[in-house]
Order: sequence, then C-alpha cells, then structure tokens
Amino acid sequence: MSSVDTASSMRSSVDVSSSERSLLVGRSSAQRAVVVFAHQIRNELRLVFRRRRNIAMLVVLACIPLLIGTAIRVASPRPGEGGPAFVSQLTDNGLFLALAALTVCLPVFLPLAIAVVAGDAVAGEASTGSLRYLLTVPVSRTRVLIVKSLGALTYLATAIALVAIVGIISGVALFGSHGVTLISGDTVSFGDGLIRATGVAAFIFVDLLGLAAIAIFLSTLTEVPIGAMAGTVAAVIAFAVLDSVPQLGAFRGLLLTHHWLEYGAFVRPGVSLTAVAHSLVLPLAYSAIFFSAAWARITSADVTS
Amino acid sequence: MTAAVGAAAATEPEAEQRYAIKTVGLTRRFGSHVAVNGVGLEVPRGAVFGFLGPNGSGKTTTIRLLLGLMTPNAGSVEMLGGTVPTHAKEVLPHVGTLVEGPAFHPYLSGYDNLRRLDEFDASTDSRTSKNRVNAALERVGLTAAARKNYRRYSLGMKQRLGLAAALLRPRELLILDEPTNGLDPQGTREVRTLVRELASDGTTVLVSSHLLAEIEQVATHVGIMSAGRLLRQGPLEEVLQAADATLRVETPQAQLAVGILEDLGLTVTSRSAGDVVVRLADEAPERINAALVNAGVAVRGLRVERPALEDFFVQLTGEGFDVVR
Repeated sequence: MSSVDTASSMRSSVDVSSSERSLLVGRSSAQRAVVVFAHQIRNELRLVFRRRRNIAMLVVLACIPLLIGTAIRVASPRPGEGGPAFVSQLTDNGLFLALAALTVCLPVFLPLAIAVVAGDAVAGEASTGSLRYLLTVPVSRTRVLIVKSLGALTYLATAIALVAIVGIISGVALFGSHGVTLISGDTVSFGDGLIRATGVAAFIFVDLLGLAAIAIFLSTLTEVPIGAMAGTVAAVIAFAVLDSVPQLGAFRGLLLTHHWLEYGAFVRPGVSLTAVAHSLVLPLAYSAIFFSAAWARITSADVTS
Repeated sequence: MTAAVGAAAATEPEAEQRYAIKTVGLTRRFGSHVAVNGVGLEVPRGAVFGFLGPNGSGKTTTIRLLLGLMTPNAGSVEMLGGTVPTHAKEVLPHVGTLVEGPAFHPYLSGYDNLRRLDEFDASTDSRTSKNRVNAALERVGLTAAARKNYRRYSLGMKQRLGLAAALLRPRELLILDEPTNGLDPQGTREVRTLVRELASDGTTVLVSSHLLAEIEQVATHVGIMSAGRLLRQGPLEEVLQAADATLRVETPQAQLAVGILEDLGLTVTSRSAGDVVVRLADEAPERINAALVNAGVAVRGLRVERPALEDFFVQLTGEGFDVVR
C-alpha cells in the first residue's frame, strides 16, 4: 500500500464515523443497548452454528430417531405376535419414536454435544487468544459470559428440538398419527400427545441446563477447550456411577443425573406439574450455582492467553 | 469523542492533557516472581513511544495491565484521562490494540473476524459496520484475502489483520505489541509508514519491538524495561544523550594526548597510532579540545560519538541470551 492509498482510506474511515454519529441520534441509549445485544447474540449464533464440528454433531443426533425408527419398523412384530411392551407402543404411534429417541440421547449423546459446545464457550476464545481482543473492544466480562452461554444454550435447545422433531416426523411417517396410548392404557388425542412431547423436551432441556452450567464453569477455568469438555463428560460419568451405589442413600438425591429421567410424568394421564417441578429443582440449583461460579471466575481471573 | 473520556477524568484535567498513558507504581507479582515492579510509565499525548526490553522483561505484562486484562497487585493505570479498569468502557473504544500477536477465530474469514469485533462494540453503529471493516481491510492491504479463512493466512497476513482490528475505527491511542513480527521488509516499511501517518494525525502510539533500529526510526520517546523495572524513559534524544558518549580525538601524537586526557580524569577506551577514544563523562568536548591544544597536541579531528539505540539498550540490559529473572 502506498502512502497515498493509506491516506485516502484513512479519510474514508473518518467519514464513516461522522455519518455514524448522525445515524445514532434517532436511537435512545436503551434501544441501542438492545440492538447491540441482538447483534452480539446473532454473531455468536453464527459462530456456533457454522462450525463444522457442531453441525456434524447435529447431523448425528438427527440420525438417531431415524435409526431407531427404521430398526423397529423392519424388525417389528406382526400384529398379535407380541414383543416388548414399549416396542408395540412405538409401533402403535409415531410420537413414541420421539420419546424413545430423546431417552436414548439423554444419557450420552446430548451430554456429549453440550460438553463440546459449552466446554468450548470461554476456553475456546481463550485458546485462540480472541478473548483478549473481545475484552479490549471493550466487551465486559459479564457480557462475554452471557453471550457465550446463550450461544451454547441455544445449541442445546436446537439439538433437543431436532431429535424431537425428526422423531415425530419420521415416527408419523413410519407408524402413523393415531391417538396416543399412555402408560395407564388411556388414550389421548395426537394434539395432546404433541403437547406432552414438548413437555418432555423442555424437561430434558432443564436437565441439561445444569450440565451446561458445569461445562461453562469448567470452560472459564482453562485455556484448553478439550479439558473443559473432558471434565464435563467425566462429571456425567461420575454422577452416573455414584447414582448406582445404593449405599450412598439420600446423598444420591443430590446428584445432577438422579432425577434426569423423571419425565415419565408427561406420559401419565394427568400430568402432575408438582412432580415435574420437584424433579427440576435440582438441575435448576446446579445451574444457579455453576453459572454464579463461572461469573465469579470470569470477572476476576487474569487473561493471560 | 473525547468528551466521554474527558468527563471520566474531570478530576485530573492536567494529567489528561499531558499523558495518553500514565501509570503509578504499577506492580504485578506471579508467586515470588515480580514481573512488573513499580513501573511509572508516562507516554505523552501525540508521542510515538518505543517500549523496549529483552524477552521476559515485563513489557507484555505491563500492556496487559494497561488494558485491564490483568489486575495489578499495586499501582494504578490512567489512559486518555480515565482510570483502567474503572473507566475501561469509556476509554478502550479509543484504544486500538495488538497484544502478543494477532488472535482470531481460525474458521472465520478475515472479514467475518473483523465483523465480529465490530458488532460486539457497543459504541459503534452496526449499520455502518461493513464500511468500517472494509476500510480497515483496505488500509492494511488485505481486501483480496478478506473472504479467506483466517487459518489459511500467512503469518504476515495474520499480522496485517491484527493491525486492521486495531484500526477498525479512528483511535486516539494505539498499543502495538511487536507489530512487525512476521512481516516481510515491505510489510515492515508499510507499518513504519502507517505509524508515522497515524502519529502525524495526532494519534499516540505505544509500540513495543525487538527491532531497535526500527524503533529508532519512528519513535519520539522510548522506555526501556529490564527485569520488571522501567530503567529509562523520555524523549529518544534525551535518553540517548544520557548514554555514555565517547570522544574520538584524531591526532598524530596519540601518546601525548593519552597523558593529557588521563590527567583530565577521562577513561581511554581505545587507542591507535592515529586516534584516541575516551569515555565522555560530563566533560564538555570543547574544554577537552582546549586542554589538548594548550598542551601542544596537534588535533586533526574531534568527534563526539553517541551509541546507537541498540548499543545503549545492550549497555543497560546486558548481553547474551539469558532471560533476566
């Protein structure tokens, strides 16, 4: 670049700032803050959802209901031949494919996906060094945590919704959309079934919110994303192992994964919201504790990456 | 644009006028190791401040403390009249930075990386983001590679992108840590030209570099760090003036001259048949000349030689590869 080039481009950048000032007049500071936040979130979502690794994980998750559905369809017992109860329920109604797929994904695949994305949230920025440039923009550390967390949580919600939606669509295509037979034997309409399925998906989201909080906290501790990811997966395994030791007694009730599968309430005739709320207290408490810890850490730590 | 920062520092209008950066007793320890030790950096507004020091002397830690990336154990930082980190939100938009090399998302293009930084900036209008990013890319000559993924950039292109980020919007202060690292000679020249242009516009530039000849060409002021301490700072000429200058006396009567010079209390550093070199402590060269001539020494030439910045730097911070602890 010659000095003439540089001088002219410098003029243009000065022009930008003066035109920018005139444009800003029309907006109140509160409006501007909302606009800025919206842009930050949009930019973060683009970063999360354009990353090839993250797309690949979504593709794998979407395949799970398809695989289960195809396997059951191919191997389904002829009417009257019997077979396990849940299989016949599946073949009775497409909605159950979504529930079966979510149940299969909950212990391993979804935790793995959230471990990767949430574990990468802050540690990924630290490992590339882009965190220091974000902070000198300046973006407040609290804002960085909020934007990165919302990015990861949106990914989590998308992953769960994807499994559920692919499950419902392929389920309906393979097994039809009749009324849904509940555990009790009662039958509810397909529309009612859809609402219940949405309830299950929301329940699973809150379950995994607790895990996402742990992953994000770990992510603020290290500059090595893989460390935060492995730590999160190790936590899930530790919870599962401890939960299988009956001698631990009441202590097991404090393990994040202890109430994970209690979305059975949604497939009983009258959905007991108190039971659901009771099961969700624990993951919500984990979220509160670990998001607070992540905040305490990110607002106080030295950025040395 | 200065208004916001000025308001933040209404308490010390004088300091705001004079210094773009002023630290007092800045100290940062890592365990028992004191990385930055009572540093009182004073970078006047409008200066091109060459920030020098061997590896591990505390330059980068000082820069991180300036930007609020680290918290000092003691001391305070004031930039553009506002204290950091208290007024970081008002101050930092006016500060362009390149700290410890460029760092961007490898899977985003150069353009998208700059867009990300610009969209996260609460003090700019997102509707003009595109213009700012394109102008910054053009300025560092990266327009052609704007859409290429950052991971496919060469070292020099990465460095240029880092400079583009620092220049995303007009700045009052630029903090450039090793800006020419990885650049080819043309790139190095461009950075030098850029720094000069920015400075002539009134931008204050703090530039750290190991290329002392490079600093000597652009800097108006220098600060020299060693082992966590700021050993010297001030206008380049004054700092070099304080360095041990030497006087070269050309004379056919070297033997006689050495006697006279030693009588004056000067240390002879080298001598040959035709000339004598002495360390010029506080003695005025003209008085030495008069003394020599009075004693009947034929003086053919007399030259005061000041060390180049590099020699002075080595005088201060020592030779060799050892990292000072």
